[in-house]
Amino acid sequence: MSETATLSIRRGNRWDRFEIAFERGQSVLDGLRRIRIEQDPTLAFRFSCINANACKECMMLVDGKVAYACIARLEPREMRLEPLRNKTLLRDLVTEIAPPDERIANLPLK
Amino acid sequence: MGRVTTGEVTRLSTDVLVIGSGAAGMSAAIAADEADARVLMVDRSLIGRGGATVMAQMTVAVALGDEVPDRWQDHLADTIRAGRGLCDERLAHILCETGPDAIRRLDRWHVGWARHADGRICQAMAPGHDRPRCCYVDFLATGPAVSSTLRGQVQRQGRIRRIGDLCITDLVVSDGAAAGAVGFSASDGRAVAIDAKAVIVATGGLTRLYRRNSASANMGGDGYALALRAGAHLVDMEFVQFFPIGHLAPRLIGMDPIMWDPFRYKLGGRLLNAEMREFTDAYGVAEDGSYKVTRDLATYAILKEVEAGRGSPAGGVYLSFQHVPADRLKDSFGPVMDRLAKNGIDLTKQSVEVAPIAHYHMGGIRVSAGLESGIPNLFAAGEAVGGANGANRLSGNAITEALVFGRLAGTNAAARARAMRASPWHAPDAAQALSLLAEGAETGANPAALVARLQAVMSDRVGPFRTASGLVEALHEITEMQKILGPAPPPRLGPFDTCRLDWFDLRNMLLVAETAAAAAFARTESRGAHQREDFPLLDEAWSLNQSAQLRSGALHLERVAVAAAAP
Repeated sequence: MSETATLSIRRGNRWDRFEIAFERGQSVLDGLRRIRIEQDPTLAFRFSCINANACKECMMLVDGKVAYACIARLEPREMRLEPLRNKTLLRDLVTEIAPPDERIANLPLK
Repeated sequence: MGRVTTGEVTRLSTDVLVIGSGAAGMSAAIAADEADARVLMVDRSLIGRGGATVMAQMTVAVALGDEVPDRWQDHLADTIRAGRGLCDERLAHILCETGPDAIRRLDRWHVGWARHADGRICQAMAPGHDRPRCCYVDFLATGPAVSSTLRGQVQRQGRIRRIGDLCITDLVVSDGAAAGAVGFSASDGRAVAIDAKAVIVATGGLTRLYRRNSASANMGGDGYALALRAGAHLVDMEFVQFFPIGHLAPRLIGMDPIMWDPFRYKLGGRLLNAEMREFTDAYGVAEDGSYKVTRDLATYAILKEVEAGRGSPAGGVYLSFQHVPADRLKDSFGPVMDRLAKNGIDLTKQSVEVAPIAHYHMGGIRVSAGLESGIPNLFAAGEAVGGANGANRLSGNAITEALVFGRLAGTNAAARARAMRASPWHAPDAAQALSLLAEGAETGANPAALVARLQAVMSDRVGPFRTASGLVEALHEITEMQKILGPAPPPRLGPFDTCRLDWFDLRNMLLVAETAAAAAFARTESRGAHQREDFPLLDEAWSLNQSAQLRSGALHLERVAVAAAAP
């Protein structure tokens, strides 16, 4: 029988549970990307480089600890994902992590 | 530069708008700022994080002459040879001649090029080069080092305004000239309109069109689509470079899939088929430890071995360093050995499996020697530029061209802006693009699944090997997907709306995919990165470029003579 990984994801005030087929060696980010394709395309998380841990955009809480989703291993059990707590929440797992002077809202009004 | 909010639209104004913040975009911004233009640099992702540069763990080719005597003319000869007769020699000339300046400039900004004990910059051998010419930052850190060095310089120059999470959806053309752009801010979902005197597209390539690729999630060819819809020409769109030895198995996380190449340079890793025999000699070039098989040839050889049933279990071939002494492996791989160990890989005891992976796009926006497209005031830089690398890019030329073309485009765009009193921006010219942003239609389609479907079609039908029937199928599929996508984006959800981001990405990706497939169908020969199984030989009559343009919304291809060097 094939194993499953369950990702419980904090989305604002609620938690959503997604079950996906577990594949050995995959990352949590792989699982999140699969959920968007197979189950819910509205699920929001940041990533850019996918696999190289170069862009550093996919930082989130995995089981309560700060981690990069691209290097956290997916495991055949329930894993809890939450957005970073010390940043402004934009949606689901996405927080405002751009430096303040690189945000459109902070450009001076003319 | 200020921000004005009128109703739903945030208005911005600048002299030079740079779209993209990889090495090309940042180099352009730095140069335009040095030339006293007001610069606004925007990125679909965060500034300096996405794109290809940060992923480039590899090397930078440039005729410094530090390792052995070298001349830029020799680098140019290698570039043109690799391009299989299709290089735009004006652009290749600029790349090779001004490359050394760009590398020395980064050195002054403390990028940290690997050096010999006597201070000379180390230059390694790479396939297609006639001598060691490729500099790098240890270990596997060239791209991140270039990226952070440029980012530091952008910040030091102080005046360059930067906005991340800003997705540009259309360029605005007024009186036949580029006048700015329209898009939306991913962080709050609001529409943004930017007027500019000159616009530089530095958005990189199209590797996201393929299932297995070596670049960031934002490399969906958006700059090509922006330029096409603005009326510019694209050139050489059929030439997608596959990197022959992308990591395949065992599953490896936290590492760039193209990581093996620098170690092949340094240590001569051996490519082996399922019989544990070297095989590239059967396709024309023996390896003999010197590692000189070019990317197009290596890709061809690997896929043919797999096709002949001599592939590895995961569908590639083996790469082995087992002949290299353990202490030499440790010296060369440094901390990477530990990262590999965490992934359960011990190179002294095992081979890894590798296979071709979409890596770079030779084609792009057709520009003059001043990097201006056919649309006045619209410039391009870096991988977004088409032509410099012909039918196959020489190893190490990508970062070089990003730096060199970025600087030149920035300088020229600033000069253009200085000569103008105001942007030709005429508000009605932005109306259509803004109204698309205001729309919302429920289609029920899953855009993330559509992206995956497009990637499968492109990989299977418009990959390293192509046939007429496969390309026709691809074009048919693309048309189907355009119908499913529909004419309007899904309703707005607010901040970081992934479905809308995917919708606007797909709108670009499908147009670019169509252009690449149509150009590949028309070119009835095999050359460099474009291999047609039904036309397996190079045809001298095809020693020309194909140029693509949208006319009344329909794609139109024409054949144009290869641009020769200036007399």
